[in-house]
Amino acid sequence: MSELTAAELEQRTATAGDRLHRFHGGLRLRHNKKISCQDPVRHPVLPRELVVPLLQHGGPPATPRVRPGEQVLKGQLIGEAQGRGAHVHAPTSGVVRDVERRPMAHATGQAGDCVVIRCDGEDRWCDPAALDHWRDASPAALRAHIRQAGIVGLGGAVFPTDIKAGARGAVPIQTLVLNGAECEPYISCDEMLMREHPRRIISGALMLRHATGAGRVVIGIEDQMGAVKKSLDRAAREGGDGTVTVVRIPTIYPEGGERQLVQTLTGLEVPDGGYPHDLGLVVQNVATAAAVHQAVVDGRPMIERIVTVTGNGVGHPCNLLALLGTPVGHLVEAAGGYTDDVARLVVGGPMMGYPLRNDGEPVVKATNCLLALSHDDLRPAQAEMPCIRCGDCARVCPAQLMPQELNFQIRARQWDEVDSLGVDACIECGCCDFVCPSHIPLVSWFRYAKGEVRSQLRERAAAERARQRFEAREARLERARQEKAERLARRKKKLQDQAGRKKQIEAALQRAAAKDDTDGGSG
Amino acid sequence: MREFEPAQAPHMPSPRTVQGVMGQVLLALLPGIVAHAWYFGPGILLQILLASAFALAFEAAMLRLRSKPLAPFLLDGSAVVTAVLFALCIPPLAPWWIAAVAMGFAIIVAKHLFGGLGHNVFNPAMVGYVVVLISFPQAMTQWLAPRELAEWTPGLVASIQAIFSGSLSLPATVGIDAVTGATPLDALKTGIEQGRFVEEIRQAPIFGDFGGLGWEWIANWYLLGGLFLLWRRVIAWQVPVATLFSVLALTLPAWLLDPGANPQPLQHVFSGGLVLAAFFIATDPVSGCASPRGRLLFGLGVGLITLVIRRWGGYPDGIAFAVLLMNMAAPLIDRYTRPRIYGR
Ligand code: SF4
Ligand code: SF4
Repeated sequence: MSELTAAELEQRTATAGDRLHRFHGGLRLRHNKKISCQDPVRHPVLPRELVVPLLQHGGPPATPRVRPGEQVLKGQLIGEAQGRGAHVHAPTSGVVRDVERRPMAHATGQAGDCVVIRCDGEDRWCDPAALDHWRDASPAALRAHIRQAGIVGLGGAVFPTDIKAGARGAVPIQTLVLNGAECEPYISCDEMLMREHPRRIISGALMLRHATGAGRVVIGIEDQMGAVKKSLDRAAREGGDGTVTVVRIPTIYPEGGERQLVQTLTGLEVPDGGYPHDLGLVVQNVATAAAVHQAVVDGRPMIERIVTVTGNGVGHPCNLLALLGTPVGHLVEAAGGYTDDVARLVVGGPMMGYPLRNDGEPVVKATNCLLALSHDDLRPAQAEMPCIRCGDCARVCPAQLMPQELNFQIRARQWDEVDSLGVDACIECGCCDFVCPSHIPLVSWFRYAKGEVRSQLRERAAAERARQRFEAREARLERARQEKAERLARRKKKLQDQAGRKKQIEAALQRAAAKDDTDGGSG
Repeated sequence: MREFEPAQAPHMPSPRTVQGVMGQVLLALLPGIVAHAWYFGPGILLQILLASAFALAFEAAMLRLRSKPLAPFLLDGSAVVTAVLFALCIPPLAPWWIAAVAMGFAIIVAKHLFGGLGHNVFNPAMVGYVVVLISFPQAMTQWLAPRELAEWTPGLVASIQAIFSGSLSLPATVGIDAVTGATPLDALKTGIEQGRFVEEIRQAPIFGDFGGLGWEWIANWYLLGGLFLLWRRVIAWQVPVATLFSVLALTLPAWLLDPGANPQPLQHVFSGGLVLAAFFIATDPVSGCASPRGRLLFGLGVGLITLVIRRWGGYPDGIAFAVLLMNMAAPLIDRYTRPRIYGR
């Protein structure tokens, strides 16, 4: 990146979205969103049981605050945030049946503690805690309220929103960017939200602007979302106090990635290992803004989200407003059930989503889409060929990496080289994998390599520490040896000196005696 | 509860295959091949068949030896592309064993001894070509005259005979000199060495508007195929653009200063194998550079070395040597031209 002065940087981020820029690479993919946008967002029927994981966010899991057998009300705190984590609330009223370890809808497939609630069907609310006159509240107080509501980024990273809104870099926050670009094909939950509740988004945007201290808001949406621009524009005119701009950006996957969105709107790159706030930007998802609005105005904590249930593997693709903890199979049922040729169920989009082993896992805050793919949708099992170095992967890589070189070095297990080729900067978007004519599972390799490089670095750090300890000990011993030697030498010298002095005295005495003799002899 | 098979993202079928890439390269060569056959007779088609057959046979043998699966690698099209590119570089009536020897070196040595598809350091077609060019200079310089000049262009039967028996049986009325001829680059080189002016040399009937008669049209068709590949994004633009640019940029000043001793830039572009090389040979991704800036340097190097050999070297055209020399430099160039990573 060319070096900018602080003033230039400020100017760039303050005018984010006024001029659009292009990020490197990316793909124009078939959209496939229409199929799930035919009907308005619906509520599925209440399931009998909800399984609410205590880890649905970036950070440590929440600590359970309910015991089996306890009665809970809708919106009641059931998991308390730890450290940089987030609160978890009961999505409906009922009885806690258990707090137990269950597999979680998480890319790692690891198990985690879940609160299992048997729904009583009454959906009774606890006392909602709205924040009246939020404009009079301090940004910190507003962020604390957001924290109480357990709101996390709904774009996929599920990082606690209050923490992100309070993060500061070296430069002041200029612009709040709302991400309305659902880059992956098929996913339409944000588009539906923007269509149906533009005012919530604008209102939430103003709240987040207040919480972040930004001067203005830029909402980035895809240029293929025709109707959305109009409805957001109207809502912004009516309730946006003139600081909200809606910008249409080209639909090029992965333009909804935070780093790519920042680059599109400002032409700036988020520094390696840094965050948008280092540039004076905060990026939040549009659905997060709507959730903030609901938490502030209605006192609703985050207990539900819109989930797109789509693909050729379900009977009736649609968007559903699902309570967190709803088993995904329940949502598929609500979307007309599986078709006969369903082959794979993916959480997320077709490029980055992770496949589920079974449909018993619960919806969590990060679940934006359930994609049921039929056999025809999937890549037929194609033999992997050697890399022909065609370079297509590098051409489409938004992180400007050279996937072909990475692939080569990973297989050679040259972890230093892999590290210096920047495997850590890979955003796992899958573009390289998608275009590779040799059908090399590049992203899978890169995920594996990231882990290897990290453990290598850890090992090396441990070895380095051990070496330092060893050397320190050696040095200490050496010092001790030297000191001892010096002490000995000093003592010896002293003794010698003493001996020497004695000799001198003796000699003097002898001389004196001799003198006496001669004196006597002469006297 | 329904169970699903484990899998990995992405979940969309990739639109491309190695076979598809190679297929498009062959498709793009087609117009040039047809033009070649039109100007110089069907010999080229026979050479393509011969070379392909040898290439596939050697490929199969090597795959068997290395205990690799036959089907995916035989069908990937890479051996055929090597064979076709080689065939397009040799005289159309070269004896059959030329193709055999060349493909042996190309497929066995240059490709499989280096590790097979994707691992070859040198462009296999050019390795094969250079081996036979150096070993059998006599056979490799027996060029035919283009249709407009020749009193008679060998047909299919005559071509088959010539290739397999090694002697061309001419119709009674036609002398051998009326059928064969020097290539324009040959003529130019000898002419300049004899101290003649370029314009004077170019008076010879084998020269066309820019390059050689016939040759310039074949080059035009290759250009068309190359543009197709650019459009389909099968090849990177950097290599052909840099190659052609360096040839034009280096020959233009010389020509402007002394048009008598130096051929005009377009003459250079449209004679010999330059267009074919720029779009089809130097763009071979395996043995070329991987980074965009590296590819620019690669192309510049190919153009420069070609000109140096054409001007001062012992061979009329230096494309093959230029490509091989740049192949050697490619890993080094790649090391120093890595793109800057996002945010670093
Ligand atoms: S796209 Fe695949 S074959 Fe082409 S260079 Fe990249 S890894 Fe190699
Ligand atoms: S998955 Fe990683 S290496 Fe591949 S294109 Fe995306 S960022 Fe680049």
